[in-house]
Amino acid sequence: MKRFLGFVKKEFIHIFRDYLTMIILFGIPAILVLLFGFVISMELKNIRVGVLDLSRDEVTQKITDKICSSGFFERGKDLAGYHELGATLRGGKTKAILIFGEDFSQRLLSEGTAAISIITDGSEPNVATQTTNFITAIIGDYNRELAQTDMPGTLLVSPEVRMFYNPTLKSQFMFVPGVITMIMILICALMTSITLTREKEFGTMEALLASPLKPAQIIIGKVVPYFFLSLIDAILILLLSWLVFGLAVKGSILLLLAELMLYILMSLSLGILVSSIAKTMQQAIFVTLVGGMLPTVLLSGFIVPIESMPEIYQWISAILPPRYFIVILKNIMIKGTGLAFVWKETLILVSFTAFFIVISLRSFKTRLQ
Amino acid sequence: MGTEKENIITVRNLVKKFGSFIANDNLSFEVKKGEIFGFLGANGAGKTTAVRILCGLSAPTSGEVKVAGFDIYGETEKIKRNIGYMSQKFSLYEDLTVSENIRLFGGIYGISSREIREKQEILLNRLGMNALRNKLIAGLPLGWKQKLAFSIAIFHQPRIVFLDEPTGGVDPIARRQFWEMIYEASSEGITVFVTTHYMDEAEYCDRISIMSDGKIMALDTPAELKRIYTARSVEEVFVKIARPDKN
Repeated sequence: MKRFLGFVKKEFIHIFRDYLTMIILFGIPAILVLLFGFVISMELKNIRVGVLDLSRDEVTQKITDKICSSGFFERGKDLAGYHELGATLRGGKTKAILIFGEDFSQRLLSEGTAAISIITDGSEPNVATQTTNFITAIIGDYNRELAQTDMPGTLLVSPEVRMFYNPTLKSQFMFVPGVITMIMILICALMTSITLTREKEFGTMEALLASPLKPAQIIIGKVVPYFFLSLIDAILILLLSWLVFGLAVKGSILLLLAELMLYILMSLSLGILVSSIAKTMQQAIFVTLVGGMLPTVLLSGFIVPIESMPEIYQWISAILPPRYFIVILKNIMIKGTGLAFVWKETLILVSFTAFFIVISLRSFKTRLQ
Repeated sequence: MGTEKENIITVRNLVKKFGSFIANDNLSFEVKKGEIFGFLGANGAGKTTAVRILCGLSAPTSGEVKVAGFDIYGETEKIKRNIGYMSQKFSLYEDLTVSENIRLFGGIYGISSREIREKQEILLNRLGMNALRNKLIAGLPLGWKQKLAFSIAIFHQPRIVFLDEPTGGVDPIARRQFWEMIYEASSEGITVFVTTHYMDEAEYCDRISIMSDGKIMALDTPAELKRIYTARSVEEVFVKIARPDKN
């Protein structure tokens, strides 16, 4: 056991001393989360806003101008009536529509409060949320201005937000499960396959195999540090998305951690498998990137929904473990469901893990012959 | 055993095939305790394959092999405890310091931390590397890496040390110094099994075997081989054996 621990310690030194490894381990995940989070959600510039103004007076004109001159929005089409709503949004150019009812200004003056309806295109959830947030903020500004004028009482314009096509915005944080799934594959599979093939390439693997350490001890000793670092990484991503984007995990944290560990184990065994095939680090990198990363990004439902893929890709996607993990994450993190809803996916991941371990043990043995 | 020293390695009819390619064709030889045994051959003659089998890194196709008194088929664990191994790549971790490499390998061979500390002092003093203990291996010159790699390979005082082309790529002076270290290890009772394709190094060995195309073509002391083949140097012997058509 003592020799094993010394060996594990050595692997930690490798990791901490190689700044490239450290960047891949901790820099890339953080950057990816922030990048995905901000690029997807913050790209709010010249969003075209249509206006359906049935009140047509000074107040509505003022509010519209204020919104459209804010720099985030540009004035789109003026709608003639409610019947044009659907067609305008479907056209795709207009992302949001402001609606002032016929009696908007009258109400504002007589009752002191009036509502603007904001309708957004929920098929682009991040744009939609940001748009409503910004418009709401601008209207809030306007309210403050109103309060400072000498008009009697307080006037309040309250925004009423409705989203078309995706009213509950379920996929708002879809990128977080996707990023976790991708990063875990990247770190676990890529890093373990690199670290194992590096020993082969530098000839140190021979020295280890000629020592009293057993082959299983060597592999486990090299993989254990990555297990813990990946787990820390996953927690880091969860914390980041919570602190920066306000995504709180809805389901059980314990279940989430358990599933994370399972997925890490699966990715590590995939990395071991790759290293038993690859002779050089380049090969290992190539195999994990092309065989692991790309399909994860493209076919696991991270970017393109599986339901909208051509059938053949759906079949390919079925043999990709990340696909199941994304489902698990979505369920636990966003829907807040328990094991009862993800046991099937969990079982599939367990089988993948077992499969990878058996195959890599076998190929490791034949290589020794 | 009588006047003959006991055998520490016994190989009988060792065959190793990779598919239809025969890397080791019916090898039989003994290595005596305490000797420096040179395993010569051109690149691809099957030297490394044989060494890997003796170290338990690879299983033979057939034949009997005993190393340090243990059987290669069932007792590789025991063999590994009793041997040291150094390959042509030196097997040191470039991103670890001198001292960390020593502690790592000492620990792997089950030496206690206290003993490692004591032996490390002696070792570093002897190599004149005291000031370098916290330097990364990557920054050391090749000759020093090689000396350190050898010292680490015999750090746990194995009964046999296997050196696979240990002097590849270093200058003649460093090679000379390296052989002094081999003699020193040998005088401490460690059997040295060394493969090389430098024929001048063969002269330093107690006995040498010359391999060609997977077979052992000759095995004796350098002096005896030169006498049999009426050659002035081992190099000449080697040329006569490996390329008989050209003579």
